Amino acid sequence: MSWSKEEMAKKVVTLFTPDSSVNLGIGLPTLVAEHIPKDLDIMIHSENGVLGVKGRPNKEDVSPTLINAGKETISINKGASFFDSSLSFGMIRGGHIDYCVLGGMEVDTEKSLANWMIPGKKVTGMGGAMDLVNGSKSVIIMMTHFSKSGASKLLKQCTLPLTGLGVVDLVVTDHGVFKPNGSKFEIIELANEVKKEDLKDLKDLEIYI
Amino acid sequence: MSKKLYTNATEACKDITTGSSIMSGGFGLCGIAENCINALTKLDINNLTIISNNIGNSGRGLVKILIQNKISKAYCSYVGGNPDLEKQMLDKSIDVELVPQGTFSERIRAAGLGIRAFYTPTGHGTLIAEGKEVKNFDRPCILETALHADFAIIKAQKGDPYGNLWFKETARNFSPLMAMAAKTTIVEVEELVELGEIPPEDIHLPGIFVQRIFQGENYKNDIEFLKLEDEK
Repeated sequence: MSWSKEEMAKKVVTLFTPDSSVNLGIGLPTLVAEHIPKDLDIMIHSENGVLGVKGRPNKEDVSPTLINAGKETISINKGASFFDSSLSFGMIRGGHIDYCVLGGMEVDTEKSLANWMIPGKKVTGMGGAMDLVNGSKSVIIMMTHFSKSGASKLLKQCTLPLTGLGVVDLVVTDHGVFKPNGSKFEIIELANEVKKEDLKDLKDLEIYI
Repeated sequence: MSKKLYTNATEACKDITTGSSIMSGGFGLCGIAENCINALTKLDINNLTIISNNIGNSGRGLVKILIQNKISKAYCSYVGGNPDLEKQMLDKSIDVELVPQGTFSERIRAAGLGIRAFYTPTGHGTLIAEGKEVKNFDRPCILETALHADFAIIKAQKGDPYGNLWFKETARNFSPLMAMAAKTTIVEVEELVELGEIPPEDIHLPGIFVQRIFQGENYKNDIEFLKLEDEK
């Protein structure tokens, strides 16, 4: 009844305007690239220094110096360019990237995101996420609605250390599309047969309108 | 000009001492100075400060000197997929300062360009902002300072005896910035070419930022995650 990962990726693609630039985070968001139609003319940016990512390479085209920010081998489109990290983050921090799609651990009604550490348990580091959420024109978070233990990852207020304060525009989960407005999550769309009651975990539904 | 030419990594790295701060280019294992890192494994030094986006990975790259307990302080943006580093962070044998990647590259660029500090919204309202000056422009920003180092060890695809460099594909990443920010920049190249062979328009880093250069050898150019179109 909820969306599959592929359906989530397709939903994210519908949010992109033609001819825009997009940065896709590590993990779930990388799936988005495979569902972008050619005629949208999207330029995919990867913060390690490439604009114009195409996808995966064929065996004969693999190059150890041609990778994305997930350190995976890639191929590029005609019109692609390479640059150093400073220029790459200049594109991000200077407001030239139209959309970034990032994974998340928690998002709250106040538009904040947490996705880089769990104190005492796990530290991966923020990589480029803190720059992306503050610099991109539109910040989309793509994640499952509930954690493995069944707790909602959409909260009144984040409990984990923040990646960005008041920066999230839209959340796409397996249960629907939600827009934090500062005090609530506006339900933009619910997945297939998902009902509002299904968004409930141990708490109540007061965070949604 | 030829004063910059060294014969190999051992010679070019021999004055790196205990307590030195070293910037190391590369994104993951892409574009790392393999020869210089190997030379560091053979030097009897410790208490190093390493400034590098990732401190190597899975036993490769800078992990080689990490597991020799030569690093006491590290600046980086991402530690995921590096169990050796995670272990040293947990037992507190290494002090790691995590820096947002854009702030990391800008702090290094600033050092090379004579900029002492800059304001950025990146990190505002997070743990990164703790203890830092906050100033409101169009929105609140935090003050970040330039990041310098004694040495930079970087790798380029091509270089000439003056130190003009050309990087291949995404192997450029932090390397030109680090070359500008360090007191002594040591460059290893896959192809040492004649002066004038790299067209002036195509030089990614002018040689003024380079103090030492040598022809590297035995490059592995490891791939971390091989993903193929045919495998999908």
